[in-house]
Amino acid sequence: MSNLAVRVEKISKQYKITQRERYKTLRDTLTNLSSTFITKIHKSYRNSNGHSNIDDDTIWALKDISFDVHDGEILGIIGRNGAGKSTLLKILSRITFPDAGRVEIYGRVGSLLEVGSGFHPELTGRENIYLNGAVLGMKRSEIDEKFDEIVIFSGVERFLDMPVKRYSSGMHVRLAFAVAAHLDTEILLLDEVLSVGDIGFQKKSLSKMENVVSAGRTVFFVSHNMAAVQSLCSRVIWLDNGKVVTDGPPEEVVSLYLKSSISNQTEQVWNDFSEAPGTDNVRLRRVAVCPEGETASDVITIRTPLVIEFEFWNLDEEHYLDLSIVITNEQGVTAFVSFPLNDTLWENPFPRGLFRSCCYIPGDLLNTGIHRITLRFVRNNRFLIYHMKDALTFEVLDSPERRRGWYGKIAGAVHPALKWTTMKLDE
Amino acid sequence: MKSTNLSKNPVTIVQPVKGFNALDLKELFQYRELLWVFIWREIKVRYKQTILGASWAVIQPFVTMVIFSIFFGRIVNVSSDDIPYPIFSYAALLPWTFFTNSLRLGSNSLITNSTLITKVYFPRLVLPASIVISGLLDFCISFIVLLGMMLFYGIYPGLEIFFFPLFLFQVVVVTLGAGIWLSALNVQYRDVRYVVPFLTQVWLFITPVIYPTSLLSGPMRVLYSLNPMVGVIEGFRWTLLGSIASGKIIFGMSALTSLILLASGLLYFRQVEKDFADVV
Ligand SMILES: Nc1ncnc2c1ncn2[C@@H]1O[C@H](COP(=O)(O)OP(=O)(O)OP(=O)(O)O)[C@@H](O)[C@H]1O
Ligand SMILES: [Mg+2]
Repeated sequence: MSNLAVRVEKISKQYKITQRERYKTLRDTLTNLSSTFITKIHKSYRNSNGHSNIDDDTIWALKDISFDVHDGEILGIIGRNGAGKSTLLKILSRITFPDAGRVEIYGRVGSLLEVGSGFHPELTGRENIYLNGAVLGMKRSEIDEKFDEIVIFSGVERFLDMPVKRYSSGMHVRLAFAVAAHLDTEILLLDEVLSVGDIGFQKKSLSKMENVVSAGRTVFFVSHNMAAVQSLCSRVIWLDNGKVVTDGPPEEVVSLYLKSSISNQTEQVWNDFSEAPGTDNVRLRRVAVCPEGETASDVITIRTPLVIEFEFWNLDEEHYLDLSIVITNEQGVTAFVSFPLNDTLWENPFPRGLFRSCCYIPGDLLNTGIHRITLRFVRNNRFLIYHMKDALTFEVLDSPERRRGWYGKIAGAVHPALKWTTMKLDE
Repeated sequence: MKSTNLSKNPVTIVQPVKGFNALDLKELFQYRELLWVFIWREIKVRYKQTILGASWAVIQPFVTMVIFSIFFGRIVNVSSDDIPYPIFSYAALLPWTFFTNSLRLGSNSLITNSTLITKVYFPRLVLPASIVISGLLDFCISFIVLLGMMLFYGIYPGLEIFFFPLFLFQVVVVTLGAGIWLSALNVQYRDVRYVVPFLTQVWLFITPVIYPTSLLSGPMRVLYSLNPMVGVIEGFRWTLLGSIASGKIIFGMSALTSLILLASGLLYFRQVEKDFADVV
């Protein structure tokens, strides 16, 4: 077993959430001093039964967290907003201190908690590279050495001598990320760093992170991007309400987490027209997904053919209407989009009335996992008039018949059963 | 699953901060490079932002000196211990301007860098310290003007000049002490920023910038020298202009209060530093 890199033992951190007076003022403190003194004396008379002094307006950002991380591990940390992820990284980087517990850290820690916080708008890009590098803990010689690399990675060579305040926000972030990505510490803390820049730069950042990861450093990676967490991390911790829910292999923890955040919703019905979702043009009456020929409650496996049914009122008869469904999987990747074809109803201005559309998804097409269906109504091929995100969610379970001895998750948005032929050839 | 560590890497322990925290000089030394970078940033930004740039450092004390000379020197006819009033007040305005400018910027140094404080770890002390130290550049520039004035008035320092570094050191100590106090208080009490201009104004009147210490006598004078800036300004006048030294008691008292101010500031700062990231 490799060496210990970080040991977190029973860490707790409590925050006061005092919205009433966000900042204390000296004046108030001074004027209150006398009155609090009096009330304190009062209280000590009344509360002589030793009432605990924990206020209701405090929350535990972290409660009794323990885990070990070894050299070279890439630990993903996931969880809802406010789960305590950033607080954990802040404690590891000594920005804030725990109220209880202890952390042992073996090695230099570099933290990239929010790129570009060390930039000064009046200084040029070049100056800011040095400034930010120093803030992140790099030595001047180290920055000198990596300067060209940083500049090339950032892609802002031409603007190097311009004050950063004239940069576009994308350029700002690229430069900041470039500096931080060249930090050379044994332990690296990353909080939401991949959510910056345009798509091209995000890809670049991701591959840079892959390099970092493969270089054998210990990385703490906080992200809401489950695909990135799964592809980068070797282990994932799911935090919720300041506690560790699960700690284990990425695939497992991520899918547990995703499952917790949605419930299977295979049918929705609105009998009352006035409360039905929609617009003045179209209104839904029912949406459902179920195995073909069966009821909505049955299990769905990768072999099951499905029917997606929509019942809707069309209230407007002069326009062409288009209905489409978007199926996304648990990573948020779109598996496919589908719309009705070769149906005269959709090829002419759509008549008024109540309709039912069915979309048939053959068995042996979808991969395992949770899928969501988004529904869209488009008018005249152009205007999105209504869309209902995640109208339905359902989970596709595994089917042992298609496993063939492999028990990991099979990659891909779809997992179709395709026709294959194999024959022996004469040599 | 406890695993051994060959301790190739430094070990850091993060624990709840309880009780008394001594000053961690070793850590401050490790972060000296960051201190220099902050000083460099401060100077760079200060001189980039203003049209007048470096000349601002001279204009501020010089214009104040001219105004003081007209009103207090000529009209009110304040005594200046037989030294020409302009140079008498300018020698005091040098450390005084350094002091007030540093307090103004230093007291806000933690607030203006709140994004840094909540995102990166470093000894927070480098922020107010970098403000004070970078102010020394302005001080040096305005000092050149003093040299010019000394030539003009034909006032040359005697051997006392060898004590000058001591008083320069003292003004840095006082400014650091007050700056550290105010910057830490400012994080916790947001109205400190309104207190600072008022404070420096009041402080001006209890400091011999406009008038000489010789106006006071007896026990009043001893009480007066509890103000650490009294010793600084008396020292400047004595070592640079050869004014009559105001006596060991004044220098001793104010040196002592200077050190107390800095030591207590450092102590207070260390006690509240751990909460900065959470409240700033
Ligand atoms: N300085 C602070 N003062 C008071 N409460 C705080 C402070 N910092 C964090 N909290 C609270 O602690 C809890 C955990 O916050 P934290 O920033 O760690 O969440 P997170 O998991 O990083 O969330 P996100 O995914 O939104 O980044 C939240 O309820 C937050 O309101
Ligand atoms: Mg966060």
